[in-house]
Amino acid sequence: MPVFVLKRLLGAVPVLFAVSLFVFGFVRLLPGDPARLVAGADATEQEVASARAALGLDRPIWEQYLRYAGATLHGDFGVSSRTHEPVMAVIGARFLPTLWLTLAAMGWATLTGGLLGVWAGVKRGRWQDQAAMLVAIGGLSFPGFWLGLLLIDLFSVHLGWLPTGGYDGWRSLLMPSFTLGVGVAAVLARFTRSAFVDVAGEDFVRTARSKGLTERRVIWRHAARNALIPVVTLTGLEFGTLLGGAIVVETVFAWPGLGRLLVDSISFRDYPVIQALILLLSAEFVLINLVVDVLYGVLNPAIRLRS
Amino acid sequence: MTTSAIRSPAREFWRRFRRRHTALLAAAIIALIVFAAVFAPYIAPYDPAAADYDALLQAPTWAHLAGTDSYGRDILSRIIWGGRVSLAVGLISAFAGGFIGTIMGLVSGWSGDWVDTLLMRLCDVLFAFPGLLLAIAVVALLGPGVGNVIWAVAVFSVPVFARLVRGSTLVLKQTQYVQAARSIGVSRFRLILHHILPGALPAVIVYMSLRIGSAILVGAALSFIGLGAQPPSSEWGAMLADGRSYLGVADHLTLFPGLAIFVVVLCFNILGDGLRDALNQKLQ
Repeated sequence: MPVFVLKRLLGAVPVLFAVSLFVFGFVRLLPGDPARLVAGADATEQEVASARAALGLDRPIWEQYLRYAGATLHGDFGVSSRTHEPVMAVIGARFLPTLWLTLAAMGWATLTGGLLGVWAGVKRGRWQDQAAMLVAIGGLSFPGFWLGLLLIDLFSVHLGWLPTGGYDGWRSLLMPSFTLGVGVAAVLARFTRSAFVDVAGEDFVRTARSKGLTERRVIWRHAARNALIPVVTLTGLEFGTLLGGAIVVETVFAWPGLGRLLVDSISFRDYPVIQALILLLSAEFVLINLVVDVLYGVLNPAIRLRS
Repeated sequence: MTTSAIRSPAREFWRRFRRRHTALLAAAIIALIVFAAVFAPYIAPYDPAAADYDALLQAPTWAHLAGTDSYGRDILSRIIWGGRVSLAVGLISAFAGGFIGTIMGLVSGWSGDWVDTLLMRLCDVLFAFPGLLLAIAVVALLGPGVGNVIWAVAVFSVPVFARLVRGSTLVLKQTQYVQAARSIGVSRFRLILHHILPGALPAVIVYMSLRIGSAILVGAALSFIGLGAQPPSSEWGAMLADGRSYLGVADHLTLFPGLAIFVVVLCFNILGDGLRDALNQKLQ
């Protein structure tokens, strides 16, 4: 087991390296001279040159990358060009809201999606199955930002039950986390159903049934348990969808998280913050998938032993 | 030997697809929407950009079936014209991503050596960026606009197709008919094009139709947050962003563009499911 975990960890290193190269190159590909951007529009040639030296842009490209990588590993992402605060502080203030939002969405979505999928699988071919899958494909096709606006219109504007947005206690979390989770719940329901249907045809399920176990025990102890193994992998991948979806949902509900920070930073061309956010969110996604990979190995010995 | 047992794959596909009524209906609705978008100048009742200050924020009437917006522009006409943008984003980006990804997958699966390793690591890196984030990074780099959104969405579709096709190629490479073709000296190019590609294509077609739906969603989302089509455009996501300020005052401003996105994406997803079942592909 430790060897398996170590192998997966080492496998993530080149990916993270390539991601950092991409993000490093990203700023260099931008139109315009960053030194001139920092020095200001009416700076003299000399001021631009000193800004360039201060940013280290006069050094060879590999040295610039090493400096960047070194600073990044020490948690130094530079200074926001909008607020002139350290990028880490700007991002740190926005981290918790996004964490709560994604956890709440993931929580209800996995539970609902998994249960709906198993239920549809048990009732396969009957109207309950078709109804559940219709709901799922509808959820998959629903634009998150539209759903958000409809919810605000109904629960905030017309009924006045919930706040239209902002970050203020659990009531403000209800609509954003629901909106964010719908797509994920739909994907999981579809996937769980097909995994369950596959497993239900296996010999061990027939054996369990033939030895006289109750139907409930066959479904939950034998079929669902095995069907949920591949679902774990998908759940990890869906975290990526959530991180992307959070960008839209946070915009709709004025939620002060990382997604909205990214959108605002893009409109203000605050490149240090954009760069850091893309790097951190990608690294987070890679790490989540690493955890999922390891978890998959724990749940399924065949994978663990093969590698 | 009876001939009725042997059907061409295309006829077999049609025989199975024909029985999926919801998928047929979805295909018909898509055809209708594509038709409306292509012939927008002849179908739209009003000029989508013409302001009418005597008819601001009007609820749906017989004159304006979907009402008017804050400039008095006819919403139905704007949706019909906006369909051109949304459909272009979905279709072009899914086809471009599918095309590049398929070539990558074929090359990767066929060569199998360092080329394979290199291309698959490249996919790993692209996969490391959560979908919408990669699209946003591309748009942040190239600047907002519909053309850039198409590129952005295409880029994040590439690794999906590359992996899918690589998997099929690896399997097909070992089949007897490919080995036989190889042994009689068929050129590599011809082998891949005539013997491997047709086998990998059904999975690509299914995935592409599912991908068009999500590409339209991502394109609309980018426009909604202000990174895609810009204001005067009647792209559906941009229309929603526009109607946002009138929630509770004029709900039809958000209702109809949102409904348009939902229906189109739903139809592409249902079509994809139908194709998957009819082509006997196991995906997801």
